[in-house]
Amino acid sequence: MKKFMTICAISAAMSAGTAFAESVKIGYMTTLSGGAGIIGKQMQNAVNLAMEHKGGKLGGMDAEVIFADDQRKPDVAKQLANRLMKSDRVDVVAGVIWSNLLMAIHKPVTRNGTLLISSNAGPSPIAGSQCNKNFVSMSWQNDQTPEGMGKHMQDAGIKSVYLMAPNYQAGKDMLAGFKRYYKGTIKGEVYTKLGQSDFQAELSALRAAGADATMIFQPGGMGINFVKQWKQAGMDSVSKLYTVFSVDGVSLPALKDAAIGILGTQTWSPDLDNAINKKFVADYKAKFGGYPSFYAAQAYDTILAIDHAIAKSGSKDTGKMRAVLAAGNIPTTRGNLKMNTNQFPIQNIYLREAVKDADGVVTTKVTGTVFTDHADSYAKQCKF
Amino acid sequence: MTFTLILEQTFNGLQAGVTLFLVAAGLTLILGIMDFVFLAHGSQVMIGAYAAAAITQASGNFYLGVLLAIPVTFASGYLLEFLIIRHLYRRDHMEQVLATFGLILFFNEAIRVSFGPAALFSDLPHSLSGFVEILPATPYPAYRLGVIIVGLLCAVGIHLLVSRTRIGAMVRAGANNPEMTAALGINIKTLFRLIFATGACLAGVAGMMLGPLTAVQSGMGEPLLILSLVVIIIGGIGSVRGAFVAAIIVGLVDTLGRVFLPSILRLFVEQATADGAGPALASMLVYILMAVVLIFRPTGLFPAKG
Repeated sequence: MKKFMTICAISAAMSAGTAFAESVKIGYMTTLSGGAGIIGKQMQNAVNLAMEHKGGKLGGMDAEVIFADDQRKPDVAKQLANRLMKSDRVDVVAGVIWSNLLMAIHKPVTRNGTLLISSNAGPSPIAGSQCNKNFVSMSWQNDQTPEGMGKHMQDAGIKSVYLMAPNYQAGKDMLAGFKRYYKGTIKGEVYTKLGQSDFQAELSALRAAGADATMIFQPGGMGINFVKQWKQAGMDSVSKLYTVFSVDGVSLPALKDAAIGILGTQTWSPDLDNAINKKFVADYKAKFGGYPSFYAAQAYDTILAIDHAIAKSGSKDTGKMRAVLAAGNIPTTRGNLKMNTNQFPIQNIYLREAVKDADGVVTTKVTGTVFTDHADSYAKQCKF
Repeated sequence: MTFTLILEQTFNGLQAGVTLFLVAAGLTLILGIMDFVFLAHGSQVMIGAYAAAAITQASGNFYLGVLLAIPVTFASGYLLEFLIIRHLYRRDHMEQVLATFGLILFFNEAIRVSFGPAALFSDLPHSLSGFVEILPATPYPAYRLGVIIVGLLCAVGIHLLVSRTRIGAMVRAGANNPEMTAALGINIKTLFRLIFATGACLAGVAGMMLGPLTAVQSGMGEPLLILSLVVIIIGGIGSVRGAFVAAIIVGLVDTLGRVFLPSILRLFVEQATADGAGPALASMLVYILMAVVLIFRPTGLFPAKG
């Protein structure tokens, strides 16, 4: 009888517990299928790792993450965003790799009063004229990273450069950002086909143009193709290769030694020296084998940001959470992140070099800081 | 725009062309002779690339990888025909499109499940990573030159097979009139299966050769499929000779157009417009070419059926 009473008491206490505790739901949208599926997979791994590190609770609330595969299609992203808000009733929509997809869901989500947090894409309209207070970036504004590359190459006194990017909006944004800080001669500005696999023709033209340096933006599989073919064509003797978003944790396992020595700029690197990053990288490697990419780090940071917002405000209310995030000082793998008035991070841009680690695995290492606390160029156009 | 640059780009175009031919050769026979709409031909490219890269990685020898991957791709084509394709011959074209589109999804996912979503590592064999001087002071990557040679050898081989052998005669007869060929006592079912497997094998060889050059990843064959459909339409459905000529034309037009069109446009319009319109126009070039060919030669350059 006594035993029975105890069980009753425990179960009563448990049900009381669940009745009072609030829970938070996060809809995490990324690309899990198709050629870019590897990026989404890494982000999903990082989100799961963050949830594990937080013991399944964010800011003390029971938390649930619902993953949604956007298939890299804007229309699918829009449908999914609606489903997450209307039927799953999530409190936060987060993730999104691609700028065009973020543009598609930005208005519907922010107007609905749901907090939208980007783990990657940072198109200029959302940072500037079309900004909304319900949107927070945990990554960067598109222009920030190539601006760092432009500044580095300007400071290094490189006289001429040849530019190459895919022929779509982000490609043009990247080169525009680069040119904002690089003032030397631009020997050529070539826009390749999005998804192009063979760059031999462009490399032959590049060889003939004879620029001191080459700066590319070729994300995902295109970066693997480009760097492979660059090495095979012996281009190192012609020009020096600089990259943004092309040599990272996603492409390095396929490139291995071919990538060694290539420079790029990034807001994050696996070797950033802070406690959160060290734990993240070590546990990610142990659990999933291989280094995380910056995509993964930003996904991890997104969950940390939600945890921070709920813990500090004590609520999952959109307005209260975003007020905490807007104040900055968010603990992330990039240290304590500052926030600009448009709710995009103000952060360091590092120069990274592809190197071999102690185990012979190719990764990136920070070799310098190009910008300290770099703000994006669109914040002044943003009025909430 | 020097002579050596144009020469180099011509070689690049040639290399793209022969790769395209290897994919298109099988597809044109499947479409033309078997009258079967097969969209999953790009998957055969992927299977070839994965087989070669995986065996190379396991054995540490590129040549062994390619040598063993050839029978793998032949077997995969043979099995695919036996298990699925032969049941679809009597269906109409729309159903064939749907079924083979489904096969694309199946193969892409199967590769993702068995090899993971990340691109597979594959690099040039050391012996082919050097350069060959095609003209004094004009180095060209040895591997790409090798691709051109292998592609041309395959083309000669297919030509001899089709025009000089008994099987070739059956294939040609099958292309002209399949019912009559069957009535003459030729086992058209076995013939179809062999054509299908050979086509898969050729596409696989294209994939093996592309492996060290591009990212070996799920869905890598699809862009090639679209271009090879263009090749088949230009060359004439069912004609191997047409596929060869059209593949070289498409390879050259695509490569030379991509590189030279923006600078040619710059002569007529201002820089910014040329930089914007050039790449867009260059990527349309092969389709414009296809449209022009269709206007003047609706059955292609070398129609197989009289």
